[in-house]
Amino acid sequence: MASAVAQLFSVRRELNANTRIWVIIFSFILPLVVWSMISYIPFLWHPKVEITSPGDVGYFSEGMLVDREVFDSELQKIIKEDKVQPEGFPANPVYLPAPHEVAVAFYTAFTTEPKRRSEKWLHESLWDSVQVIFWGFLISSIIGVPLGIICGTYDFFSKLFEPFVEFFRYLPAPAFGALAVAILGIHSAPKIAIIFIGTFFQQVLIVANTTRKLDPSLLEAAMTLGAKRTTLLFRVVIPGIITYLYKDLRILLGWAWTYLIVAELIGTSSGITWFITQQARYKNFENVYAAIMIIGIIGLTTDLILAWIGRRLFSWEREMAKT
Amino acid sequence: MTHLELPSYLEQSENVRDRFSRLKERPVILEVKGLQKEFDTPQGRVTALKDINFKTHRREFVCVIGPSGCGKSTLIRILAGLENKSSGKVLLEGQEVSGPGPDRGMVFQGYTLFPWLTVKRNVMFGLEVSGQGKYIAEDEARQWIELVGLSKFENSYPHQLSGGMKQRVAIARALANQPRILLMDEPFGALDAQTRAKMQGYLMEIWKNIDITILFITHDLDEAIYLADRILVLKAHPGEVQELIEVPVPQPRSQDQLLTPEFLATKKRLEELIHPPVEEKEMNGDHMNMVRMVPVNDEVESVF
Repeated sequence: MASAVAQLFSVRRELNANTRIWVIIFSFILPLVVWSMISYIPFLWHPKVEITSPGDVGYFSEGMLVDREVFDSELQKIIKEDKVQPEGFPANPVYLPAPHEVAVAFYTAFTTEPKRRSEKWLHESLWDSVQVIFWGFLISSIIGVPLGIICGTYDFFSKLFEPFVEFFRYLPAPAFGALAVAILGIHSAPKIAIIFIGTFFQQVLIVANTTRKLDPSLLEAAMTLGAKRTTLLFRVVIPGIITYLYKDLRILLGWAWTYLIVAELIGTSSGITWFITQQARYKNFENVYAAIMIIGIIGLTTDLILAWIGRRLFSWEREMAKT
Repeated sequence: MTHLELPSYLEQSENVRDRFSRLKERPVILEVKGLQKEFDTPQGRVTALKDINFKTHRREFVCVIGPSGCGKSTLIRILAGLENKSSGKVLLEGQEVSGPGPDRGMVFQGYTLFPWLTVKRNVMFGLEVSGQGKYIAEDEARQWIELVGLSKFENSYPHQLSGGMKQRVAIARALANQPRILLMDEPFGALDAQTRAKMQGYLMEIWKNIDITILFITHDLDEAIYLADRILVLKAHPGEVQELIEVPVPQPRSQDQLLTPEFLATKKRLEELIHPPVEEKEMNGDHMNMVRMVPVNDEVESVF
């Protein structure tokens, strides 16, 4: 037993495959357990009381949520006055729905028809969001990746572009919201622009850095084999960093998602953000949680798929990781 | 070793002398004239190489040896065109060279195979870069891989190979370009003793059978004597040529010659040149301060 525990906590030693899978599953179960405990164990937190029968308290009504202190003091008053006592059970605030409510909302969010004709179904909103991310990230990458590689390869371009990029990346992307609307209108374009601004400047610097990490002896070897400028770039630099570049892009795509919510609030609110704000307005917080989780699931799934594709694309890398 | 009665390393048998005189009549492949390398450090200007002069003849095997800091790596990097010289000339078949080029192949100490290319594609690299068609390049690459005995591995990636195999591929990759000279910068330095001995054997075989001149850097005295026709001995601070030794061990070489009088005589001479009996080490403060730390009445009081 003691040795099993010691094995779990040995410094910088990989867990065995079986244990690893369980620990990974547990990393998702752990927050779920905390959430369930707060939701289902009445004496944990539960700062509110949900009224089941108002008794003789004038302003109580069935289904109403009141603070526990308020309920207690009202109860004391009623007992003193010897009237019909109100009844209720401990409850959490409306903004913390229980896991099963969110689970149900997960399903009903997709099946519920929008309240108004002009409004979109959840899957349509999601599709809008995915498109905004896709275009923002694509445009950023088409410019940012080559620029980063060039900066990482030639000191001239590094000094020409990087100082300004370094400055610009401190400017918060959402700050350009109003400007983007003024220039690009109120629909998708300004949202794509925000994703672009949020991603691009980091991307150039990260790609440049990755490019600089290429083992210089590979370049030297290539030069003694007769490779010159562009050949070096296309046959050594790019293939040499491509696996690291791919990993960078996966991380950057995650960042792009974090700009999504701000981006979608700009101009006419749209996509998943529109759904979230709308549902929050109706106080359907279980829908809000469901929508937030859908973003997480989409993000994680995309990343896992990309990781899988990466392993297929860069077969030499996969073997390298093993040794 | 000093107790053995050894001949002078300058004594050469009839055959060896004859071979050297024929060797020196062969055309000169590489000529280095008054090569100088200086660079600036925070401590001021340092001369790394000072007035280096030597010639290598066609199909000659030259080893460069010297204490650490003698600039032997700098020398080979300048010859390869990977570093700039401060003054002097490097002539390859009479033509001055500048910058790296496929006419001087190089094998590095570290593994520099391209990890994203298979063995075959690695060997094809130089051929493709110089504009050869893919099929011709592939054919030629196969021949070179066959030559270093790795045909079974032509579709493997470098990380699947052992250190010795990687260096064999690196040699094949450099030779595929058919360079005039092969520069080798301690290529077997990272290998274990057994693999290293095997690799030396392979290299001798390759050298015997193809038209290649080799300049080989090492800090291993046995390796230098075993491989070289002539050994260029450098001296440190500044890096200068101390002696160009003609190895009196007859060719073709084999591991059995490691204990012959000629071999030992040459080794003795190299030892004298590279580890001179001066208290140089104490001068720059690089020495240990050993105090006896075993109790006088300890059971094992002395190791002797």
